[in-house]
Amino acid sequence: MQFWIIQILNSLSLGALLFLLSSGFSLIFGLMRIANLTHGALFMLGTYFGAALLRSYEGLNIWEAALCAGMAIAAIGGIFERLVLRRLRTNPLGQVLVTLGMSFIISDACLMLWGGDSIPVPTPQHLQAPTRLFGLVFPTYRLVLVGCAVAVAVVLYLVMERTRLGAMIRAGVDDPQMARAVGIRVSNLFTLVFCLGAGVAGAGGVLAGPVLSAYPGLDSDMLPLALIVVILGGIGSLLGAFVGSFVIGSIYTFGTALFPELAYVILFLPMIFVIAFRPQGLFGRVVT
Amino acid sequence: MRVGGALLVGALLILPFLVGDFYVNLASQVLIAAIFALSLNLLVGFGGMTSLGHASYLGVAAYASALLTTKYGFGHGTAAVVSILGTTTMAALFGLIALRASGLGFLMITLALSQVLWGLAYRMSGVTNGDNGISGLSRPAPFGISLESPASFYWFVLIVATIAFLMLAIFVSSAFGASLRGVRDQPRRMAALGFDPWLIRWITFVYAGFWGGISGLLYVYYHKYIHPTSLSTTSSAEALLSVIAGGSGTLGGPAVGAALVLLLKNYASIYIERWNMLLGLVFLFIVLLMPRGIVPALSSFAEKWRGDIR
Amino acid sequence: MTISRRRFVGGIAGAGIAHLTASRRALAESSEPIRVGLLAAKTGPLASGGIDMDLALTMFLKERDNILAGRKVELIVADTAGVPATARTKAQELVERSKVHCIVGPLAAFEALAIIDYLTEQEIPTLGVSAAEDMTQRHPSPWYIRLTSTSAQCAYPLAEYSAKELKYKRIVTIADDFAYGHEMCAGFQRAFEDNGGKIVQKIFTPLATPDYGSYVAQVKAADAIFLGTAGSNGFRFLRQFIEYGLKEKMAVIGGMTALDESVLRNMGDEALGILTTSWYSAELDNPANKTFAPAFRKQFKYDPGYYAASTYLSGEVLEGALKSIKADAGDRKALMAALRGSNVGTIRGIIKFDDLGNVIGNVYIRKVTKSDGRLVNAVIKTYPDVSQFWTYDRAEFLKNPVYSRDFPPAKNLEQ
Repeated sequence: MQFWIIQILNSLSLGALLFLLSSGFSLIFGLMRIANLTHGALFMLGTYFGAALLRSYEGLNIWEAALCAGMAIAAIGGIFERLVLRRLRTNPLGQVLVTLGMSFIISDACLMLWGGDSIPVPTPQHLQAPTRLFGLVFPTYRLVLVGCAVAVAVVLYLVMERTRLGAMIRAGVDDPQMARAVGIRVSNLFTLVFCLGAGVAGAGGVLAGPVLSAYPGLDSDMLPLALIVVILGGIGSLLGAFVGSFVIGSIYTFGTALFPELAYVILFLPMIFVIAFRPQGLFGRVVT
Repeated sequence: MRVGGALLVGALLILPFLVGDFYVNLASQVLIAAIFALSLNLLVGFGGMTSLGHASYLGVAAYASALLTTKYGFGHGTAAVVSILGTTTMAALFGLIALRASGLGFLMITLALSQVLWGLAYRMSGVTNGDNGISGLSRPAPFGISLESPASFYWFVLIVATIAFLMLAIFVSSAFGASLRGVRDQPRRMAALGFDPWLIRWITFVYAGFWGGISGLLYVYYHKYIHPTSLSTTSSAEALLSVIAGGSGTLGGPAVGAALVLLLKNYASIYIERWNMLLGLVFLFIVLLMPRGIVPALSSFAEKWRGDIR
Repeated sequence: MTISRRRFVGGIAGAGIAHLTASRRALAESSEPIRVGLLAAKTGPLASGGIDMDLALTMFLKERDNILAGRKVELIVADTAGVPATARTKAQELVERSKVHCIVGPLAAFEALAIIDYLTEQEIPTLGVSAAEDMTQRHPSPWYIRLTSTSAQCAYPLAEYSAKELKYKRIVTIADDFAYGHEMCAGFQRAFEDNGGKIVQKIFTPLATPDYGSYVAQVKAADAIFLGTAGSNGFRFLRQFIEYGLKEKMAVIGGMTALDESVLRNMGDEALGILTTSWYSAELDNPANKTFAPAFRKQFKYDPGYYAASTYLSGEVLEGALKSIKADAGDRKALMAALRGSNVGTIRGIIKFDDLGNVIGNVYIRKVTKSDGRLVNAVIKTYPDVSQFWTYDRAEFLKNPVYSRDFPPAKNLEQ
């Protein structure tokens, strides 16, 4: 019984981690139709950045570090979008080349700046003691991560659905020419969306740091997971990314525990099935 | 154009007389990567289907040949035929699954399929030797000619590469090739005209898998070693990047892209420690200045130049 | 028969010229530097180790003004990126383009396996640091020596120590799901069960595991958990293990790379008390290490571990061999014989090689303690002259298949 409860909690915390990773990707892909293959590298940069900040400044806590890292990486993302991606609106292959190229640059820069070691992001002091419930021990921080994921989801939802900014963005996505005609600066909004996606990735990297640690190769380990979540959950749907994250978290946790021989393929087999039989994912709209 | 092509082949032919063994070996690797990229370009450039799992065919053909010649004691000729047949059949099956999606979905299925193979290569270590890979392999000796020396292997690869290039050129400029491009650009119109877009794509998928398998055989003959990293996403991504950087709409572009990536990885890394960053910067540079790829940019530059001096 | 005068003079002159050119060549050869190639993964997931390998060997040569046995030495470093195909191309570059006299490295088993046939064919003396067992067992190469340890060589002493002195009865092993992990856990299992213990669970985690939470939850109750991990994965697992409160319930012991100095420098007090086994520790108290470790720490601000020690060691062994053949590195057979016949004091103690090319040397049981405000691997017991066959009969050992996930079979696993 204990085993099942712990694995359920593990699924939830892994799901939360996956949502923090993939929400930014889903946002950018859903709104701008750009598969941002730099996403893993931006996430990793966030983790390294957060680890470096927490190491250098004694009094800083992880939330502040996440905010700083998020803003820094949002800025990097914005510059990248403005100078490079904007010219490639009609060149999807060029987007692939440039986003992958950028990920090489970022990952090599991380290696150059921080070396090859695994660098942990320290768990916040007040959350270090594990939670003990009914004889179970579970790391408190992982439970807090679930809260973080929910918070990010709520904030993104509110911004997109309940603010004027969100309405303008959605208008720009649905009908860019009409939106421009009524005076909405669509290009600038797209830069903003990219910044937001990159920023969430960076902040997510810091928040996931105590679980994952920063190490070379984190970007290529994480990118396929973000892609899986978005595909499964449905392109363009934030709810899909949210639900998809927890579904993938559960499949992974229980799958590796119950069927260790399938550990390598446990995520890819369901994805193949979903794409083959329901290409729009669980919650996506069928895009024409 | 023809003159240029003949000159190039001529230069390639006499390469072993001009440079040392290390460079001849490098040239062999470039040619193998070029065949691999050309096969991928059938899908990406001419078929409009971006795949991130093309390493499946290279890897499976390589592993099949390695296993057949070591564990099961077959000769190289039989092993090669069986490997290619197997790889092409696998491509046919994968095509049935992958073509149910398009765009990002197609990309993800191809990625997933190659990752499944990658995982199997690691996990089934009883068969594939897992992380240790299969070593102690040999090269074939067609018609009794040994391919052990760098120069002889290089000429062998050059012959295969020339055949591959010609066959792909014929494919692309044929009526089928035209219908493929039609399906890429205007699938609904093509369907209205009575073509079967799915069948056209599927045939292309299988043919691309075939040539991917051929490059896999050459790869395992060259290295005399095979390891699951050859099936990894990185391997597929490098080929995709070569195709895009070189120019996906052209026949020769992927070869140029493959040469660029391989030389940066293996040659520039001698001089530059941060060669990964350099690779990324080169890609950025290419996309910003030559959005359609190197070869289209060069040929339009050549046209302008020719126009200027007229 | 009389020799004509012309012929005689011509003969003498010819001999004289030949002698002159030979000695000029010898002079040129001896003033030509010895070229040593280093194959290290300086980018990619193995970068941490590869960078240290480069730093230590460069430091070794610099300490000696780049002169070994009276002759100048040139080091050429090639980045394998941790990919076997690249390792092979780099090996070719070192041999064909840079014309090296010998090669140090590479680290990963698959890199070594990808190039060993080539290096054997080209007859290049190779000072290997990879742990793949079979390279000095069932498929040895006359041109290869291994200076560090096979995957299991260091695990045997710890297994015996756990059973006999720590009195552990039940142990869980966890390692990455690849040959290094399989071989190390197999060796540990064999020695531990021979000494009366039981391995109750063997976990192998896939290489690209994002989160170890689900594996931590699977660990059964036992006296200790043995970490057969390397690099970042082990470190991440250990952090999770501690956070789930399991360190309070079971002891943690580890193999030679689990709590290497490179991992320790990023950990905190939670690592205190963990026992590991290795062929080196930065705290070793021998003359060579008493100069090396502080010098390394002074220059690079952290303790040397497995990776840095492995190449520094290669330098020491190479120097010893070159001295004994008067620096004639061009005579490869002589160099190889000298390397194999080494009996030299190094930073890990005195080492020699068996006839299959594997090292025989000390293995140290270490405990993580605090010294000078930082975590170190303090040596608590030394097992002298450990060979790759431990206490087993060599012929019997080689008749068995190589260690793998399923060999030796684990008979005491609990469901």
